[in-house]
Amino acid sequence: MTPFTNIFTLIEQLESWIEKQRKGSFAVYGLIFTLLVVGIVLSLFLYVSFAGYPRLDRDFFTGYASRVPEQAGILPAFLGTLWVLVLVGLISFPLGVAAGIHLEKYVQHDRISRFLEINIMNLAGIPSVVYGLLGLQFFVRSMGLGESIIAASLTLSLMVLPLVIISTREALRMVPQMHIDAAYALGASKWQTIWLQALPQAMPGIVSGTLLAVSRAIGEAAPLLVIGALAFVPFAPASIFDYFTVLPVQVFFWLSKPQNSFLVNASAAILVLLSITLFLNLLAVGIRERWHKRIKS
Amino acid sequence: MKQEKLIEFLLKVSGWLSLGITLSVLGVLVYNALPFFTAIPLVEFLTGTSWIPFAERQAFGMWPLLSGTLLTAGIALTLALPLGILIAIYLSEYANEGWRRVARPALDLLAAIPTVVYGFLALVFVTPVLQWFFPAIEPYNALSPGLVMAFMILPIITSISEDAMRAVPTMHKDAALALGATRWQVVRKVVVPAAFNGITAAVILAFSRALGETMIVSIAAGQQAHFTFNPAVAIQTASSYIIQMSLGDVAQSSVEYSTIFAIGLSLFTLTYLLNNLSFWFRNRFRDRKMMPTA
Repeated sequence: MTPFTNIFTLIEQLESWIEKQRKGSFAVYGLIFTLLVVGIVLSLFLYVSFAGYPRLDRDFFTGYASRVPEQAGILPAFLGTLWVLVLVGLISFPLGVAAGIHLEKYVQHDRISRFLEINIMNLAGIPSVVYGLLGLQFFVRSMGLGESIIAASLTLSLMVLPLVIISTREALRMVPQMHIDAAYALGASKWQTIWLQALPQAMPGIVSGTLLAVSRAIGEAAPLLVIGALAFVPFAPASIFDYFTVLPVQVFFWLSKPQNSFLVNASAAILVLLSITLFLNLLAVGIRERWHKRIKS
Repeated sequence: MKQEKLIEFLLKVSGWLSLGITLSVLGVLVYNALPFFTAIPLVEFLTGTSWIPFAERQAFGMWPLLSGTLLTAGIALTLALPLGILIAIYLSEYANEGWRRVARPALDLLAAIPTVVYGFLALVFVTPVLQWFFPAIEPYNALSPGLVMAFMILPIITSISEDAMRAVPTMHKDAALALGATRWQVVRKVVVPAAFNGITAAVILAFSRALGETMIVSIAAGQQAHFTFNPAVAIQTASSYIIQMSLGDVAQSSVEYSTIFAIGLSLFTLTYLLNNLSFWFRNRFRDRKMMPTA
């Protein structure tokens, strides 16, 4: 018997055992599996919360990086994350929406449309660390932006651009064809129809997708480490050309220190980061649900 | 009218920008990896089993990094594959609509968690637990980040497989039930075979995502390029090598420096091929005429 036949007989046995149970009993096992996953994740969050919560005081939010764990704070990282949040939104939103409109409404040729669609799915599948290499060569060196907030934001914007494009196209597709036809029937041009009819109706869906994209961007550390995020930023960033650090990068550097007390700092910074991520995700889901209800009625 | 033409032109530029990004990624990687591939014979890179970028006697064989990458991603898939498919079966065939509407976004949230958080959990929580059971496990190892990564890729498997299973026509399921099949037999003999292409697409995409994942392994898997498939020891993945080099001070014109682009190019090629294989399977599941014609 090879190991493979063993596995197959095991599956057969499991299957017949499940079949012997009362009809529909897999519902119970499925529920247990799903609850197991949710339970594991919840307990891990509780673990982080208990580890990090005591450290979350005023000094932690207003402090700078330090060799002494108890004095170290997240002010530069927190501000850096806010900068990146706003800039990635401002860069990826117009670019992604414009690209989405073009692909959804203007590309007539089936094969070109298909080609560009597959290309966008490919872009979404490139590992984030590779976007870091692109940003390093393109923004940091060729464009001479250096290791700055703007270089980081541009890199992350390219990374999340496919998400904005895909959500724009999906949102535009949700707009009832009746409304589009009505606009044309009243004599509106193509662009007028898009700008005045389709886009306003699709906007909540697009905003929701952009919020998810931004939340992905502020959680990334890998591409920023590649383009040169700093471990130690002794000042609060004041312009887009300043050196930067962000919360995930700060967490990474704290985790690579041997002292245990830095772990407490890392937990606390993770709590802050997770709160922002969770807030953006819930906001996005909330906007999308309300919009779905409205557009379907 | 003129204004409208200008707007349409700008839209077109944005639309084709995506292609520009793909070409730029490829261009940047190839251009910067050239010094590496001119200095190191391709055969050595593809077949060598030691990776020593800094030493008297350098060696640039990709297998230590490849084995580390495959090992962590393989561990992740081994856990996420059965778990993900069972959850997908449960959500599409057994769960009621209300519970499904809660469970699915909750699972999707797993993909939204920043990966440094997963890395933290692997290092601080999972590794000590594993060491308690198996004292031989090193503080940095492949097993712990692999297991944690499974949760990161789980939503990819559940959401795409569930979509594929829900696309199976109810008529087919009803027919099987009418013939006396149990619910589980319907799942096993009708739903899973019909959704096979979609499930395969999901699994390949999840594996590709695990191959490129960087922060979890950078934090918890160590930084030692061993050619090994032992999950208990410190290893290095392609992605975490790029991070390690980026943090160090290496002269920009050196061969050592161009290694990160060579490794990046290899990682890009591998994930690109896998992603397109996944799209191919997904299209097969879409194009297949499952609906009976009237």
